[in-house]
Formats: sequence, structure tokens, C-alpha cells
Amino acid sequence: MRKQVVSWGALLPMALIVIVGYLGTVLWTLRVSISSSRTFPSSDFVGLAQYARLFDNDRWLLSLQNLALYGVLFIVAVMVIGFLLAVFIDQKVRGEGALRTIFLYPYAMSFVATGLVWQWMLNPEVGIQQAVRQMGYPDFRFDWITDQDMVIYTIVIATVWQASGLVMALMLAGLRGIDEEIWKAARIDGIPAWRVYVSIVLPMLGPSIATAFVLLFTAVVKLFDSVVAMTQGGPGIASEVPTKFIMDHLFGRAKIALASAGSIVMLLTVLALVAPYMYARSRAAARKEAP
Amino acid sequence: MRKTKSCGLALALLLGGNVAAHAAGPKAEVIHWWTSGGESAAVKKLAEAYQAAGGVWMDTAVALGEQARSVTINRIVGGNPPTAAQFNTSKQFLDLVEQGMLNNVDDIALRDGWDKFLPETTLKVIRVDGHYYAVPVDIHMPTWIWYSKAAFKKAGIASEPRTMDELFAALDKLKAAGLIPLAHGGQSWQDNIVFTAVLANVGGRDLYLKILRDRDPGAINSEAFKKVLMSYKRLHSYIDAGSPGRNWNDATAMLITGRAGVQIMGDWAKGEFELARQTAGKDFGCIAGFGANSPYIIQGDVLVFPMTTDPEAIKAQRLIATVATTPATQVAFSKKKGSIPIRTDVDASRMDICAQQGIAIMKDKSRQMGNGEIFLTPDQNGALSDILTAYWNNNIPVEKVQRDIVSALRN
Repeated sequence: MRKQVVSWGALLPMALIVIVGYLGTVLWTLRVSISSSRTFPSSDFVGLAQYARLFDNDRWLLSLQNLALYGVLFIVAVMVIGFLLAVFIDQKVRGEGALRTIFLYPYAMSFVATGLVWQWMLNPEVGIQQAVRQMGYPDFRFDWITDQDMVIYTIVIATVWQASGLVMALMLAGLRGIDEEIWKAARIDGIPAWRVYVSIVLPMLGPSIATAFVLLFTAVVKLFDSVVAMTQGGPGIASEVPTKFIMDHLFGRAKIALASAGSIVMLLTVLALVAPYMYARSRAAARKEAP
Repeated sequence: MRKTKSCGLALALLLGGNVAAHAAGPKAEVIHWWTSGGESAAVKKLAEAYQAAGGVWMDTAVALGEQARSVTINRIVGGNPPTAAQFNTSKQFLDLVEQGMLNNVDDIALRDGWDKFLPETTLKVIRVDGHYYAVPVDIHMPTWIWYSKAAFKKAGIASEPRTMDELFAALDKLKAAGLIPLAHGGQSWQDNIVFTAVLANVGGRDLYLKILRDRDPGAINSEAFKKVLMSYKRLHSYIDAGSPGRNWNDATAMLITGRAGVQIMGDWAKGEFELARQTAGKDFGCIAGFGANSPYIIQGDVLVFPMTTDPEAIKAQRLIATVATTPATQVAFSKKKGSIPIRTDVDASRMDICAQQGIAIMKDKSRQMGNGEIFLTPDQNGALSDILTAYWNNNIPVEKVQRDIVSALRN
């Protein structure tokens, strides 16, 4: 009994933070999203009018579409590149420490700064395109950042560059945790190294992959600074993302009701994606515990 | 011993300093986003005038308008308001007025006769239900048409364009001469400026007001407005490939170097020409609009006064409201800022010819007109700007754009 009181007491601060800090603000956002609030929250009730406006808005719809396309490409590319980098470093290459630092460095820098550098490099008039043309290929074209249909891929490229090092570090930690005996056994059986990686090591890296996936997934949902630094959502509205829509309406456009509706939609989207995964995991855990 | 002495001296100085500060009169903390070179020189003029009137001025400069405004709102809500804060001459602070979070300066406005010298457009923004909630500081005109004399000469354009058709002809000639006809920064607010210029010059005063003030669906669906949208889109064919994302001052630099011919931008662009030691009328030209009746579009900055009951702070607020509108302060401020004074009864002889032209136009009340921000809520204005920037960059049928604008301005 006493022990229970103590453990509840220890949990209380966290429980309060969760209830007030997380659930409370979610409920508050939900409440604001069904009002007509402008600069300040107001207590009237307009039903789902803000949501109707949201889904009647071309920019919001395009933002969602951009985010989906970006999310898939970004996560796949970062996972693959990060894993390959980790495997490469795992070959006991010389200067491992230096290489690790180099690969991880982009992640340590603020994207507001590196995004600007990317913007210059991708700018057709001063960047890569111009440089290659001056080297004697006058027909070379690389103007994606000013191209409506390609601009979102430039964001993918720049953010993959930034995040790959992080995934590499996670995967490398996982690889180093793999028992040497497994490698020895595989060598005795004459199994090629790539086969060991794909069929044995990769499945054993499950927890590292899951961690990396969760980190990347949250990075996708909150994608904001890279877009602001590189394209400001342009050209036109071609590279707009939901967070930027929400931020614009929260402050500049003084329409917190619409911004809140956008936030709730984002939350529901994330829950819809995460819920099946959580359900599957709890089912799996329950099966394990069953006799 | 010596140490205690110097401590005592320091203390005395500190106390003395404090006493002096109190004696020096009302202390004002002002939040603003005048942070660039010309801007901070301008606000310094305002601070000097305030100090000359016996006050103590304290700057709280926050870069970027949006950022500064949210700092102001947060501090008001948090119960620690500044004495005064900058907003644009627009509906941005209307919510603050409606929530009773601003002090009015009615007595100053009546004593100094603001109704007599302020443009009607500005008055309508700062006067809510008969009370004056802000003091205007400057007037900017966002849709000046700037051109490089060197580029015009190279393209063989003899005279300044006087109509929209002549402007298109000049742009064609610039293109033929291998120059970039229109220097444009492809950011949504700049697209919006180009649209406003076309609406004012092609559509004219009545259509302008029907669209932006009345939000009249009939006018938005009219043939006349369709023509405006198509002229706006036609300008897109004169920009260069590097335009998307470019900053406005980089576009101005293209005029300064003579690489490009024309830019449509607010009068703050003058600061860039000035930095490059170019003179209005000699190296570059400025066109406020086509024809003798073209509207002069007004945007600008105001200072609002957050609600407080502290008599010292109220005194400071009233002193700011008094000082900011005097002709001498107005000219000194606008000369640095690139704007024009809020009143036309000033000695403009020391200002440049573009500003003089602007002041002359402002004397004709029928030509004064607000920009989109003055008529639309920030939300409506943003939605309109999203549609216009999408149309500028994409091939969207003009009829769809008209439909979208109707629905964006409906609520």
C-alpha cells in the first residue's frame, strides 16, 4: 500500500505534465478550431466551418499532397543512404572517426544556415547550373528550385543530405552491437557478406530501424525550416507544407481558428498512421505474454 | 577605504542618474521592426524629436514585422505592454481595439486637428467608432514603377511610358535588346504588389474599390477584372528564369547595374538606388501611375498605444502622438525612410523628386487610395495573395482564378 503511494507520488509530476501540457493543449486547440477566433481566442461556436474552409483551400490541399510525397521519398532515401553509410564505415575503414564526424556534421548545423547555402547552389543563375555551363556545357540544365513540378524534390535532396548522418549513427551503433560470432559462423559457412547484411544483420537491427523511423517520421510532420530557408513555399505555392500554412495563419494572418483546425487535421493524420502500428505491437506483446 | 568610496560614488551616480531620468520626463518603450540601415536612421529621427520634447526614448527593435507584432501582442496579453508599438496602416490592430486593449489619443488628435491634415484613407484605419487609436508615422506607396535610364537607352526607348500599352511596348523593346525586361522577385508579397499596380492602372479607381473594398462578386467576375488578371499574367512573360524566390533588393540591383529595365516595387526601393549613389531623374526614373487620375496607393506604419492606467506611461503615449505628426519630424523621418510624410503641408523641397511627385499627387484627395491590407483582414488578404501567386506561377485558367477570389473574399 505504502509502496503504491510512493510510486504514484513519483509519477504525479509526469502525469500532470501529460494531462495539462499535452492533452490540455490538444483540447484547447480543438476548442479554438470550432470557433471563429481571429487574433485572440473567442468562445463562440461555428461548428466545422473552419474545417470546411480548410479543405476548400487549394494551398492546404497542395500542402498535404507535398507532405505525403516528401515523406515517402525522404524516409526511404534517408534509410537506404544511412544504412549504406553505416555498412561502409563498419568495414573498419581508415579514418573512421573523421568520416563519422563528416557524415554527422550536417545534422549538427542549423538548417536555416545550410538551407541558404542550398538555395544558392540550386539557384540556376549563380549555382550549379551556371558553374557547369561555364565549364563548357552551355546546355546544362538544373533549375529544379524554380520549377513548379520539381521544387519539392530539391527539398528532399537537401534534407536527405542533412538527416542521413543521423541514421548512419543509429545504424552503426546497431551494427556494432551485433555479435562477432555471427560473422565468424557466416564466414565458415561461406556466405557472402552482402547476404549476411541483408538476411541476418538487417532483421537484427529492428530496434535501431524503428528508432530511426520514428525520428524521421516526426521530422517529416514538422517539416518547416527547410522550406522557409530554401523556397519560402514557392515558386508560387508549389512547395508549401502544412506547418507553414499553420504558422502563417497563427501569426501573420491572425486567424488562429483556421490554424488550429489545420493542427487538429495534422494530429489526426499522425494518429491514423501510428495507431495501427501501436495496435499491432500491443497485440504482439500480448501474444508473447500468453502461455 | 578607497574601494568603499568609489562604491559610494558609483551609487551616487546611479541614484543621480535615475533621478535625472525621472526628471527628464516620460519614458517610452517602443516596439518596432525598423531594423535595416535606412529604417533605423529614420526611427532615430523620431527618437531625437521625442527626446527634444523632453521624453526618454527606449527602442525595442524586433526584426521582421510579423515577429515584432507577435511580441507586442504577447506582451499585451501577458500584462507587460510597451508604451507604444508599430503596426502597419491596416486592419492588423483592429482585434486589439475591439478587445479594449489600446488607449486612445482622442484629445491629442482633436487638439492637433488630425482630421484636417491626415488623408481620409489613413483616418479610416486609425479612427474606430470615433476614437483615435494610433498615430500614423509615414506613408509608403507600394506600386511605383521604377526604370533604369541606362537600360532604356540601350533598348532605344525614347520616352517614359505613359500608359500600360506603352509599358508593354517598352518591355518588348527591352526584351529585343537582350535585356531582362522586368526585374521581379518571385515571392508572394512581391507578386501581390505587381497585381495591385495592374489593378490600379488597368482597372482604375472604381474597379479597384469594388474588388478590394466591396469584395463585389459581380465585379470580380466581370470582363474588366478579367482583363486586369490577364495583363498581370502577361507581365510574367517578361521576367527571367532566376526570378522565383529572389529578394526585392536583388531585383533592384538588376536595375542599378542596367541588366534589367523595369521593376514594380514600393518607394523603399529608393534606399537601394541611394546606396549605389544613383539619383532619381538622372540614373533611374519613377512612375507613380499612368495618367493624371491614377490612384496613389497608401500603405504605411502607425504606432499604437497599449492600454495602461499608469499616468507616466499615458503621458509618454500622448507625447509620442504629439511629436510624431509635426511637419519637421515627418520630413526628417521620411527622408531617411524613403516614404512620404503623412501630411502634405510640409516643406518638400529637400526631398527627392519621386517623393515630391508623391506629395503633389497626395494633394488631390480623389487619387488617394488604400492598399489591400487597409480594406481586407489579414486573413482575406493572405488568401487572395495565395491565389495570385499561384496564378502568377502556374497556367491556371483565368475563370478559375476569378472563382477562387470570389470564394476567398466571401468570408
